[in-house]
Amino acid sequence: MQADEGRLSAVGNVLVWAVWIVAAGACLGTGLRVVTASNPFSSALSLIGNLASLAVLYLLASGEFVAAAQVLVYAGAVMVMFLFVIAYLGGRADAPWAGGTRLIQTASVITAVSLLSVTFVALMLNAGGRLSDEADVTRAFGSPAEMGGLFLTDHLLAFEITSIVLLVAAVGGVVLGMRSEAEALADGDQGLQQTVARPSEDAA
Amino acid sequence: MSGPGVPWYLAISAILFSIGVAGVLLRRSPLIVLLSLEIMLNSANLAFVGFSRLFGEMDGQVFALAVMAVAASEVCVGLGLIVAMARRNLALDVDLFTELRG
Repeated sequence: MQADEGRLSAVGNVLVWAVWIVAAGACLGTGLRVVTASNPFSSALSLIGNLASLAVLYLLASGEFVAAAQVLVYAGAVMVMFLFVIAYLGGRADAPWAGGTRLIQTASVITAVSLLSVTFVALMLNAGGRLSDEADVTRAFGSPAEMGGLFLTDHLLAFEITSIVLLVAAVGGVVLGMRSEAEALADGDQGLQQTVARPSEDAA
Repeated sequence: MSGPGVPWYLAISAILFSIGVAGVLLRRSPLIVLLSLEIMLNSANLAFVGFSRLFGEMDGQVFALAVMAVAASEVCVGLGLIVAMARRNLALDVDLFTELRG
């Protein structure tokens, strides 16, 4: 009986490793594609893949609610907004690939690589063996019920502040999107007049 | 936890963050800069979730959700700015926005 359970958990372990490797590889590959693609549309589509594979990684780290929110909010709502704007801009969204002089480009790559190595060295120096002994968690860890309980008790203030931040951002988006009166005058409100004028032209 | 341990998650998070940094510094289109910013925010989220699993505390996951909300508002304002720039017929190239340079 015990041997059976041991074999089962070993098979489960291999399966989890396989899923993890696929998700991590997809995550890094799509991340690179976001940065390197010249077409913003394929960049945005790769970011959707990146967010989805990150959701799989969250699931494997027992963050069920975060994974669901990632797919719903991020890969769903936020990315649709991105795709709408890219479609709205059309050809104007295409920009030259990299900017600045050769020096700036080299410096950017060096910055990224050195940041990576600093993070790795800091992790290895400070972690010791502490990163490998994980706490035992119950099955409820990361479930929507537990998260909701935390949001309404310990983190109520953060929860409310988050809603205010979202409200301010929404108002800011509307204000940014409004046409100023000077702009409307410069355009002569052509959009409206044309649609109104067209039927009478047809009649004439 | 079966499968890879927390250090593997942190490694992926660090690599993803540097990919995002490279994108922000290298690319000229403000849209792609915003997309690379999203990658950086998400790599931080991955580290939050990994550490939350390590310590068995869900506070990290709560913070990851807060980061998601901040990212959503950042996209809202950032895309509004990009559309406003496009409507004023400015070229969408961050190298050309030099009016605020001292």
